[in-house]
Amino acid sequence: MNGAVLDPMLPLPYRVRQTRRETGDTFTFDLSPAAGGGSFAFAAGQFNMLYVPGVGEVPISISGDPGEPPTLVHTTRAVGAVTRAMRQLKRGDVIGVRGPYGVPWPVAEAEGNDVVIVAGGIGLAPLRSAVYHLLRHRDQYGKIVLLYGTRTPADILYRRELEQWRARFDLEVQVSVDRATPDWRGHVGVVTTLIPKAGFDRLNTVAMVCGPEVMMRHAAMDLEKRGVAPTSIYVSMERNMKCGVALCGHCQFGPTFVCKDGAVFRYDRVRELLAIREI
Amino acid sequence: METLKPVLAEQPFLHGLDDRHLDLMVGCASNVRFAPGEFIFREGEEANHFYVIRHGRVAIEVFVPQRGAITIETIGEGDLLGWSWLVAPYHWRFDARATELTRAIALDARCLRGKCDQDHDLGYELFKRFVLVIEQRLQATRMQLLDLYSVNS
Repeated sequence: MNGAVLDPMLPLPYRVRQTRRETGDTFTFDLSPAAGGGSFAFAAGQFNMLYVPGVGEVPISISGDPGEPPTLVHTTRAVGAVTRAMRQLKRGDVIGVRGPYGVPWPVAEAEGNDVVIVAGGIGLAPLRSAVYHLLRHRDQYGKIVLLYGTRTPADILYRRELEQWRARFDLEVQVSVDRATPDWRGHVGVVTTLIPKAGFDRLNTVAMVCGPEVMMRHAAMDLEKRGVAPTSIYVSMERNMKCGVALCGHCQFGPTFVCKDGAVFRYDRVRELLAIREI
Repeated sequence: METLKPVLAEQPFLHGLDDRHLDLMVGCASNVRFAPGEFIFREGEEANHFYVIRHGRVAIEVFVPQRGAITIETIGEGDLLGWSWLVAPYHWRFDARATELTRAIALDARCLRGKCDQDHDLGYELFKRFVLVIEQRLQATRMQLLDLYSVNS
């Protein structure tokens, strides 16, 4: 798809293969080309513009495995008209897909280093594709640490997968909730409280962070406090995107466009922008 | 007989404390263990100790009528438990319960307050360290209050 599309504003039809509910308001759907054949090559951290006919178009990160391109996987929350319409999609329905767009997670730059992934809430969705890549190429990396925080135990995204990852001997997974239920036996507190004691080498670590902006700011600060260089920390910014190809300007973030220069940014390049209110 | 001095010395929050002050603290220290589910202290009790967690996990809880015990935070290995011993009238404000087998160093609060009164340098060193812990906990609590993952955040 990447080299063949001549009009970046023209969505291609994709058929829904499967849908599944993840948490209360979060769901995942798998897509494949409606015309059959072809594989969708993407890099971990990129996003697509997904179009529901008659309703609208939204940017959604690709949360599937970049090593298994025939199936396109997206996870999203039903929070607006388009995503609420997506929640009603059934197997066989057709939607439009444009992409992939955006700067991916620095999985190549991270080779030879430890990798710490800090995810908050649905921020785990765009990071899951990075985890898949890291595990598929496990020998290329040192320690891999996944720190995940969410609101309550019922809001844990990809819970079964997290449990499987946690059971591996070559991956550290820690999960924390902001608000515990009586049956929760795990850590309680914001995800940033997991950073000080996580098992990574501060001098040889690449950090990938995604979640609410406040959480990312504080996670980056705590990573820096731990000794990780700001040039080794990457964050995924979110702004309203309309065109996805740096034409409309809706996603402008200071001197950059999130759709083209992001969504993944190296932290030292956006640290001052993050401190500016209402940018 | 081996004292707790080397164990105390390796605790992150006492990093950089000089030998003389470590010796003063050892005199107030004891090794303790809590079974899973055991309360370390309850709200309203006298804060006669604080604890350095060496192994395990502790839930800091509030009991709310009709809702039961609510865990507001958990702490673990290397963390400090309790600062009410620093603030008169020295009563615990929350419950603390071991959620798994937990081993800790207990520091006798009266003993340590007495030594800090006599040796202000020790007091200053401990206060510097506790302020850092309290600041970190407060920052984290403020973030929890934001409810960042809710739809409207």
